Amino acid sequence: MAKPASTLSKNADALGQWVDKRLPVSEFWKAHISEYYAPKNFNIMYFFGSLALLVLVNQIVTGIFLTMHYKPDAALAFGSVEYIMRDVDWGWLIRYMHSTGASAFFIVVYLHMFRALMYGSYQKPRELVWILGVLIYLVLMAEAFMGYVLPWGQMSYWGAQVIVSLFGAIPYVGDALVEWIRGDYYIADATLNRFFALHVIALPLALLALVVLHLAALHEVGSNNPDGVDIKQNKDENGIPRDGIPFHPYYTVKDIFGVGVFLLLFAFVLFYAPDGGGYFLEKDNFAPSDPLVTPNHIVPVWYFTPFYAILRAVPDKLMGVVLMGAAIFVLFLMPWLDRSKVRSIRYKGLGSKILLTVFAIGFVRLGMLGMAEGTPAETIESRVWTVIYFAFFALMPVVTSMENTKPVPERVTT
Amino acid sequence: MMMKRKFLTALSALAVSWNLMAAGGGDYDHAPINIKDTASLQRGATMFVNYCMGCHSAQYMRYGRLAEDLGLTDEHVEEFLIKGDQTVNDAMLSSMPYDQAVEWFGKAPPDLSLTARSRTADWVYTFLRSYYLTDSGWNNTLLANSAMPHILWELQGIQRPVMTTVTGENGETRSVIESLELDEPGLMSPEEYDAAIVDITAFMAYIAEPAALDRLRMGPWVLLFLTVFTFLAWLLYKEYWKDVKK
Repeated sequence: MAKPASTLSKNADALGQWVDKRLPVSEFWKAHISEYYAPKNFNIMYFFGSLALLVLVNQIVTGIFLTMHYKPDAALAFGSVEYIMRDVDWGWLIRYMHSTGASAFFIVVYLHMFRALMYGSYQKPRELVWILGVLIYLVLMAEAFMGYVLPWGQMSYWGAQVIVSLFGAIPYVGDALVEWIRGDYYIADATLNRFFALHVIALPLALLALVVLHLAALHEVGSNNPDGVDIKQNKDENGIPRDGIPFHPYYTVKDIFGVGVFLLLFAFVLFYAPDGGGYFLEKDNFAPSDPLVTPNHIVPVWYFTPFYAILRAVPDKLMGVVLMGAAIFVLFLMPWLDRSKVRSIRYKGLGSKILLTVFAIGFVRLGMLGMAEGTPAETIESRVWTVIYFAFFALMPVVTSMENTKPVPERVTT
Repeated sequence: MMMKRKFLTALSALAVSWNLMAAGGGDYDHAPINIKDTASLQRGATMFVNYCMGCHSAQYMRYGRLAEDLGLTDEHVEEFLIKGDQTVNDAMLSSMPYDQAVEWFGKAPPDLSLTARSRTADWVYTFLRSYYLTDSGWNNTLLANSAMPHILWELQGIQRPVMTTVTGENGETRSVIESLELDEPGLMSPEEYDAAIVDITAFMAYIAEPAALDRLRMGPWVLLFLTVFTFLAWLLYKEYWKDVKK
């Protein structure tokens, strides 16, 4: 019995060589998977990159099946989503995977970004990895916003109304710009149709391209780690980092375990609380859009609320929009705001630790305030946290260049 | 240590205020419904087609799906639940013509397919128990001046408001409804009426998301599979990483 098997494997080898002479498949596999050396001391914060990729694939695959049944037409959109939920085989599962996936995407991406802030993964030489990551985040926000408009419920409609009208704050061209984005004098069928086009093809293409670049840049400079130690400084006689291990099989098996834990949490939400307690699918969005009835409490979905709180904290509309834009844009500057000699929070001084802790609490608190009704007390609190949000970036050059850091070890710790 | 404790305190403070915000949705009575209780859904369906569908539709719900999920045969549904000449393949549409409804009420009665999701089941439960009669007609404490009369008054009887006087922030006084009192008993006792409303509410929660029955049935098996999968993945991880962690 051994003989046929060996003939088979011989044939498979021959086929592999045939392909390799024409397309560098095994070279690619080696460079990016089996001989990509990653630091061996990744901790729990390092699961979220691969999980983001998993959720991206989930969104694309479920999205493809949703587009087979969804109707991008103001008269039919709402009903077509209910048709998917009731009459399409497994439609409810596909729809909930997509809607829960959207929130999961942001949870995973926020933790992934927080990891980068903790361990200084944006510092030289990883500036482009970080910048490409922030671009991914920007495109993701646009993608999520337009996706939320598609079910054409009350929150879809009025959320779009609020967000699109923000462009109207721009002097001189504002009104014309808003009209150009909507394609009509109000949020209407034309808007829904173009948002559908952008949501299912334009933005996903941009997202995929940016993800490829993000990974290409990462694999060029190599992964950071919780110690911020540069593992390429210490190589053995074969030129392999002593603290590095091949991504495959070590991190593939580890990430599969991470995927299992993630899917457990994901499935729990999907099967027992698919509307995420009203945060993932807002209850007002189960009422069809009605341009004549304004919901008494319009707020964006939870993942936009920190920036929405910053917007509402400013009394002037234009200044609010500018500040909200600045809150996102300032992220691009991180690699140059951090002047520290060390990367990881483990070896930075107390000042950096306080800055990051307060910033993280502030971001969550702004998110909560962005969902609230906006009472005067809440507005004042939003202003305080907005100042703290920007103070994190403004104080960073001062704190990181002045504080005492701890010595960084030669090799990674475990 | 100190810092960690402070951080935890801050976290729990966040969690508490989060809960307070989430709870601020409105004061509705809790609807003790169970959508897995088929008998309750069947009773709710009967009430719904008899009392609600004269005016309201549930346009996204098909009669055939009802038969499947409520343990009924198509013949049962056609005999007991379908009032007009519809079949099990049709959606649950009211026989009231839309245009005439707009003419009669100024606004067509809303479709009820998703009301239990857009307003919550607790809202529906509270709404149907909050009607009262005054000299100017029926009103509702939850939805003031609702265009909908108290369809179920024969069952519940007549509730009248008990007024009380409150003093506002600026010292002015006004009279508000303190509670509702049953003035004339109906065909049902208050307990029977509440139970009937639980059934209608359960049915409306079910038609708002028929897939809920599917997901609740499948959920445990998916979680069980994922638990086994994750455990095996963990064993595999431990096995491979023996070399790294020595």
